[in-house]
Amino acid sequence: MSAPSVNKGLTFAGSPIKLRNIVLFFAGVGILYLIPQFLDGKPFELRLLTVIFLYAVMGQSWNILGGYAGQISIGHAMFFGLGAYTSTIAFLNFGVNPWIGGLLAVAVSALAGVLIGIPCFRLRSHYFVIATLVVAESIFLIFSEWSFVGAAIGLELPIRPSGWENFQFHRNKIPYYYIALTMLVVVTIFVIWMERSKIGFVLKGIRDDEDAVRSLGFSPLRYKLIAMAFSAGILGFCGTFYAQYVLLIEPPTVLFASISVIVALIPIFGGIGTVAGPIIGSVILLTISEYSRVHFSGSGRNVDLLIYGALIMVFAAYCPGGVMSMISSLRARFRKGAV
Amino acid sequence: MTAELLLQLLVSGLGMGFIFALIAIGLALIYGVMNVVNFAHGEFLMISMYASVFAFTLGGLDPVVTLPFVAVAMFGFGVAVYYLLMKRVLGGAMHSQIFATFGLMVFLQAAAQFTFGADYYSINHSWLGGTVRIGGVTLPMPQIVAAVGAILCTACLYLLVFRTRVGRSLRAVSQDRVAALTMGIDADRMNALAWGLAAACIGVAGSLLSNFYYVFPRVGAVFVLVAYVTVALGGFGSIGGALAAGVAIGVLQVFSGFFMTSTLKFVPVFALYLLIVLFRPTGLLGKQ
Repeated sequence: MSAPSVNKGLTFAGSPIKLRNIVLFFAGVGILYLIPQFLDGKPFELRLLTVIFLYAVMGQSWNILGGYAGQISIGHAMFFGLGAYTSTIAFLNFGVNPWIGGLLAVAVSALAGVLIGIPCFRLRSHYFVIATLVVAESIFLIFSEWSFVGAAIGLELPIRPSGWENFQFHRNKIPYYYIALTMLVVVTIFVIWMERSKIGFVLKGIRDDEDAVRSLGFSPLRYKLIAMAFSAGILGFCGTFYAQYVLLIEPPTVLFASISVIVALIPIFGGIGTVAGPIIGSVILLTISEYSRVHFSGSGRNVDLLIYGALIMVFAAYCPGGVMSMISSLRARFRKGAV
Repeated sequence: MTAELLLQLLVSGLGMGFIFALIAIGLALIYGVMNVVNFAHGEFLMISMYASVFAFTLGGLDPVVTLPFVAVAMFGFGVAVYYLLMKRVLGGAMHSQIFATFGLMVFLQAAAQFTFGADYYSINHSWLGGTVRIGGVTLPMPQIVAAVGAILCTACLYLLVFRTRVGRSLRAVSQDRVAALTMGIDADRMNALAWGLAAACIGVAGSLLSNFYYVFPRVGAVFVLVAYVTVALGGFGSIGGALAAGVAIGVLQVFSGFFMTSTLKFVPVFALYLLIVLFRPTGLLGKQ
């Protein structure tokens, strides 16, 4: 456990955050907390914002592992699904309060992440990607067959009276908005802290040159596992939130490959390895998917996935840094023009 | 369990195995030449299966007739994907290479869902219906044709890669890209050729498969995950290895399907992938 002497010479501190940015951040958050006052009788807009916050959190959690540590996972639906199943099963079978169930979900998902990570993190690049795909598909298949978890039919949550203690709100859905927003604020602050801490520096080091990090005396495996535990744990709570929001979970909605796709796509589209990336990605992509759902509703034609697929290809080929890199290159051009 | 049943399972496993091998060979070819995993490989299969099925239901043409056309069309498709998409990400970051083919996968799957819906399509009463009894073993005719077709296609590909000048250039690029460039080999064209050949193999596999397997938008996902395992087992980039591994996996999945629910029959195959890459990261038969 003793740190090698080499580490003593290294300092881990990002440049201090500007006061202006802190003020802007909390002003923005304050406005977001006030918005529901104006959304009375606008269920579509309320739902849109709630899912944008939820998916931004999910994107942040993928970004911890995929963006900062550079470990691309296309199987993250499994952690979301495990979280949804954990709190639901705990409630159905043991009467555990969903809030405590949510904490259990964090623990179960994080533990699953670590257990999957220990063998899989030995693999690099494509092999790791394929491993995550294969594990997620196996879990999907097993849950579709396992009668204890409802098999292919899934599990339905019994309706309880609306209220914070039950984590269920029926007529007035605004509390879900507050919960999702609070999740986003907490996770975003956590990621900002993490990015500037020792963990963040080591993770970025692993992404850029794993062997160099090892030669400095850090264990890449240990830091990858930490990133995986954060990433999977946060998704676990998102799964619980989803289960309480929709009150029905089934393998195709909580464990399916399309969730793994969207969770990875949000940060990639917005800007991989940046704090704002997942938020920008979620705003743009979820707006597209919710509107396409309204316009092509019930057709089951997945217009959103069609658009997503095209966007992933175009961004991979023409703009691998996502929207954030577009913004910064535009800024650079603007500054040049101004001088 | 009788000897006859065992033989029956073994033979039908072998039949499926040659199809798996053909799919995996394309993946191994692209990987060998470009060091890129084609995540849209299963969707290439899906496209060629839809092509065969609709040629049959709309034009009354049996997959055996349309096979060469599907193969040629898929060759063109593979080359187009290389020039329009893959060429742009070759020098880029690892994640953009992964997401280029991954995006293609999502796009093609969603496009199929958009165009054809989630319904299952299959070919009824093809020219090659019926069964053949050899000894105590009953074999459906389409599966025999598929196995024979897959073996023939693999043999042709083998001859092309190992016995011709073009094949030698292809192998040269996969062994040492820079050295191949200095010898005057156009690596770009070889990459395009690898994509074309891989897609053509898939075209053949899809045509053969469509005779006895239904097609739906996510059909490729099932086969491509198995193809990854096959390639891992056979050694990434090795054509002979992919053939041997494909056959072995075909047999494994038939047996595991017999002993457990058929939905779960691929879980042992997936577990095999993890086991192999953990202990032999370059594949079971690959060079260490």
